[in-house]
Amino acid sequence: MLILTCPVCGVTSEETEFHAGGEAHLTRVGPAGDEEAFGDYLFTRENPRGVHFERWRHVYGCGKWFHAARCTTTLEVFGTYSAQTTEPPQAIRDRISQKRPGWIWRDFA
Amino acid sequence: MSEPVTALGGAVFETGIATVREEPVQGMITLRGDLEDSAVRAAAIGASGAEMPDRGTITTSEDASLAWMSPDELMLLCPHGEVPERLARLQEGLGDAHALAVNVSDARALLSVVGPKARDVLAKLCPVDLSPGAFTPGMFRRTRMAQVGAAFWMPTEETFRVVCFRSQTQYVFDVLTVAAQKGSDVGIWPDPTGGG
Ligand SMILES: [Zn+2]
Repeated sequence: MLILTCPVCGVTSEETEFHAGGEAHLTRVGPAGDEEAFGDYLFTRENPRGVHFERWRHVYGCGKWFHAARCTTTLEVFGTYSAQTTEPPQAIRDRISQKRPGWIWRDFA
Repeated sequence: MSEPVTALGGAVFETGIATVREEPVQGMITLRGDLEDSAVRAAAIGASGAEMPDRGTITTSEDASLAWMSPDELMLLCPHGEVPERLARLQEGLGDAHALAVNVSDARALLSVVGPKARDVLAKLCPVDLSPGAFTPGMFRRTRMAQVGAAFWMPTEETFRVVCFRSQTQYVFDVLTVAAQKGSDVGIWPDPTGGG
């Protein structure tokens, strides 16, 4: 079971107090995008074995959205961070690099 | 005006490892706004008489409390009959601040779990570290209780006050009662009374 810490209210709890919100850091493709780009935006997702970035919501707590970096095989959580960002903060990336040297996720490494 | 009544008519369960009770009607006012805004803070303090609560805590004055719900939400608890007057005072204090204050007293219910084993009861239902060193009087926690949302705090070392939605009061009372049934104490924490 995942143990997450909400960066907004500071509460640490297991995943049933939260709700998963899917893959993090998606760039929205609007009406200007072509069909393929729009299809990718809607349906194409990473499905990694290892480092992954997700959106979560503290649904039974403060109600706020945040981001989580975790490992899909061990359920180790590398860190959680603000929802108000388009990419993982450097401190989170550094922590992942210490534990999973050479990791790559989409355009991030 | 009609007489306010509670959802369960003051139901009580006293034959288990802790006493579960539906408390009398409780005044509750939700205040949403930027809690760093000085006008919002002053209005909350003025209407409650309590200090501004830190993240995850509840503060209490003589007859009212302020609970921290999220970075943009407080809950003011006061006697049920005082809600209109305190709400008016709150609105007046907020002035032009971008904030919302609403009487939610009749949308919620208040229950209590009392006794030296009260921690065991809550710990069975909520994903919260309820060990005596981790959750203490003065803290306020919103969480999941079995299958519904709830919030609680400890007025004293052996008392929990639980807030839930009024429509879910029967469910919350029932799961608390099951978790408090006789002989079901878990015994992982030392009994504060020194007993077994
Ligand atoms: Zn939270």
